[in-house]
Amino acid sequence: MTTTLTPVLCASWDDERSWSLDTYERHQGYQALRRALASAPADVIETVKRSGLRGRGGAGFPTGMKWGFLPPPDGGPRYLVVNADESEPGTCKDVPLMLAAPHLLVEGAVITAYAIGCEHAFIYVRGEVVHVYRRLLRAVAEAHEKGYLGTDILGSGFDLQITVHAGAGAYICGEETALLDSLEGRRGQPRLKPPFPAVAGLYARPTVVNNVESIASVPSIVLRGADWFSSMGTEKSTGFGLFSLSGHVTNPGQYEAPLGITLRELLELAGGVREGHQLKFWTPGGSSTPIFTDEHLDVPLDFEAVAAAGSMLGTRALQIFDETTCVVRAVSRWIDFYAHESCGKCTPCREGNYWMKQVLHRLEDGRGTEADLDKLLDTCDNILGRAFCALGDGATSPVTSSIAYFRDEYLRHLPSAQNPAGGCPFDPGASALFTPEAMALS
Amino acid sequence: MSSEAPTGYPEQVRERLTRDAELIVARYPVARSALLPLLHLVQSQDGYVSRRGIEFCAQLLDLSAAEVAGVATFYTQYKRHPNGTYTVGVCINTLCAVMGGDAIWESVSSHLGIGHDQTSQDGAITLERIECNAACDYAPVVMVNWEFFDNQTPASARALVDDLRSGADVRPTRGADRVCTFAETERLLAGFSDGRADQGPGAGTPTLVGLRLARERGWRAPDATPDNNTEPRTEA
Ligand SMILES: Cc1cc2nc3c(=O)[nH]c(=O)nc-3n(C[C@H](O)[C@H](O)[C@H](O)COP(=O)(O)O)c2cc1C
Ligand code: SF4
Ligand code: FES
Repeated sequence: MTTTLTPVLCASWDDERSWSLDTYERHQGYQALRRALASAPADVIETVKRSGLRGRGGAGFPTGMKWGFLPPPDGGPRYLVVNADESEPGTCKDVPLMLAAPHLLVEGAVITAYAIGCEHAFIYVRGEVVHVYRRLLRAVAEAHEKGYLGTDILGSGFDLQITVHAGAGAYICGEETALLDSLEGRRGQPRLKPPFPAVAGLYARPTVVNNVESIASVPSIVLRGADWFSSMGTEKSTGFGLFSLSGHVTNPGQYEAPLGITLRELLELAGGVREGHQLKFWTPGGSSTPIFTDEHLDVPLDFEAVAAAGSMLGTRALQIFDETTCVVRAVSRWIDFYAHESCGKCTPCREGNYWMKQVLHRLEDGRGTEADLDKLLDTCDNILGRAFCALGDGATSPVTSSIAYFRDEYLRHLPSAQNPAGGCPFDPGASALFTPEAMALS
Repeated sequence: MSSEAPTGYPEQVRERLTRDAELIVARYPVARSALLPLLHLVQSQDGYVSRRGIEFCAQLLDLSAAEVAGVATFYTQYKRHPNGTYTVGVCINTLCAVMGGDAIWESVSSHLGIGHDQTSQDGAITLERIECNAACDYAPVVMVNWEFFDNQTPASARALVDDLRSGADVRPTRGADRVCTFAETERLLAGFSDGRADQGPGAGTPTLVGLRLARERGWRAPDATPDNNTEPRTEA
């Protein structure tokens, strides 16, 4: 075990009333804002660029570079939109962050807005987490009262208001251009790019869209330095991040560590796979990232190494499944999700997911044939690279990767001598976390 | 109260909604951005996106009723028929389903005798199969009016719906001290604080697991390095 945990974002989460401004200020809260306001906006952008911070929302685009893409000021408004829609299956880091320390996000948003010349920022939070919404509204109000928001912030002459906006249930609104349409009061459907949001985003004005964790990382970078940040992590994937372990693991939860830590190390910290069981498959970064198996325990969880091993770092949503789990059931349920959440704008995704769902259901019911595997792969071929946005591409990830690693298990769903009726050969009760007694009690 | 037009609101209700709506519109540089919160506001009044609610939003934002309806039908939180007092959502996305969400769903659904998007006869509960709610480290998860009920079992979930139906105060795992009604929740989602932000914990055990381990072992992030662009520099 060489990598140790590096609590930065989570450092104040166990303090009393961790969400309050008082507590946040005791943890150096809003000190970074003072420092940022004392420097030129361009210097703040430069610091974030030099830190190497890459977007924590999935794609890993360099954050400082994104800010630098905004065209020069033309006197009109420029916007910051924080993506707090967290809905990628397995992803569960932004919600606990905002619940425990909403000011981390608010301070990051004020600094970012200052850096990019924005006077009105938005936090688009999914509507299905009301307590997070309460805490954000409260944090913004507290920040106003204290002069960290509003006009002439801390006497700097800089003005900013933040609107916290609740969505209404739609995974696709996490995709940045769909999010912008949704924030404009429309159906949340992705826009054609280019133009990119940096050029024509919210209300067709220059806009930066960043993930919650990206923005929440900014205050620590400003306060402690770009070199401090890049002293952690790997060369091209610098810094720390929240690694969210869920599923068949002894101690699921949030582990804040440098990028490049491995699942083997994380599992050791988390007490291992649940007792008496072995790792079967896992997602490195949510359901849209190709699954891994126990072959990949030592892949450094950074953008480059995960990609080289055939998947994506995504959101570091490490969903752990042990040998009791049927991979076909898991994938089938994910495809139900993509079929349900497809916005319907483009045919490959709308139709492709619909058909994959039918095929997976019939495999699970014992009505499948070997040709169905080819049908699935063929459908994926027709979605990947042909869909209008990355939701479609993402849907193919679990399908193609699971067939690559577990083709035999798919075949075991076909009617055969050992399984005359066909269908799922697993006992779903064996993978559940509760005992039969818990189920029987009323 | 004055008489109610078939598609409209009674005068007083309309005035109150209009006052709220104006506050919502004022939060945005462009009025149409207010549509999602306005639809939440309509649900706080009517328990679903009613015909009169659609017309109210349309008039206010200078849109056609069809445009408003087109938006409302895109999002799963907007209801097409009157909702129960509590929306009980069982997460059936893969992670929760495998950890026991499917068994919870079966159990609660048969206990209540209703399926997805159906409401119990007493009007207390609308049951839903929901997708991942960003709480997988607390799986299996049940949401009531979008408050977290973590680490559920079939038995705990059945007890939960029984409590809700009996009118008992019910406390989420990570949320307000008691679950609010659908109407109250929708008013909050329209952007009106309900004063409950300070209730409940900051974090549950899984949220803190890494931090506690780091403390036990004396692990910290490295100390700051002084070099920083945001410190005024002298070189050109
Ligand atoms: C279908 C889909 C869903 C997404 N959901 C989210 C999300 O919930 N939160 C998020 O930050 N990014 C999400 N993204 C990524 C965003 O489009 C965008 O890349 C990100 O918000 C940029 O922020 P970052 O550079 O700070 O990571 C999603 C992308 C797709 C294609
Ligand atoms: S890929 Fe799917 S979600 Fe994306 S635009 Fe096409 S239909 Fe919509
Ligand atoms: S899968 Fe249920 S909360 Fe994520």
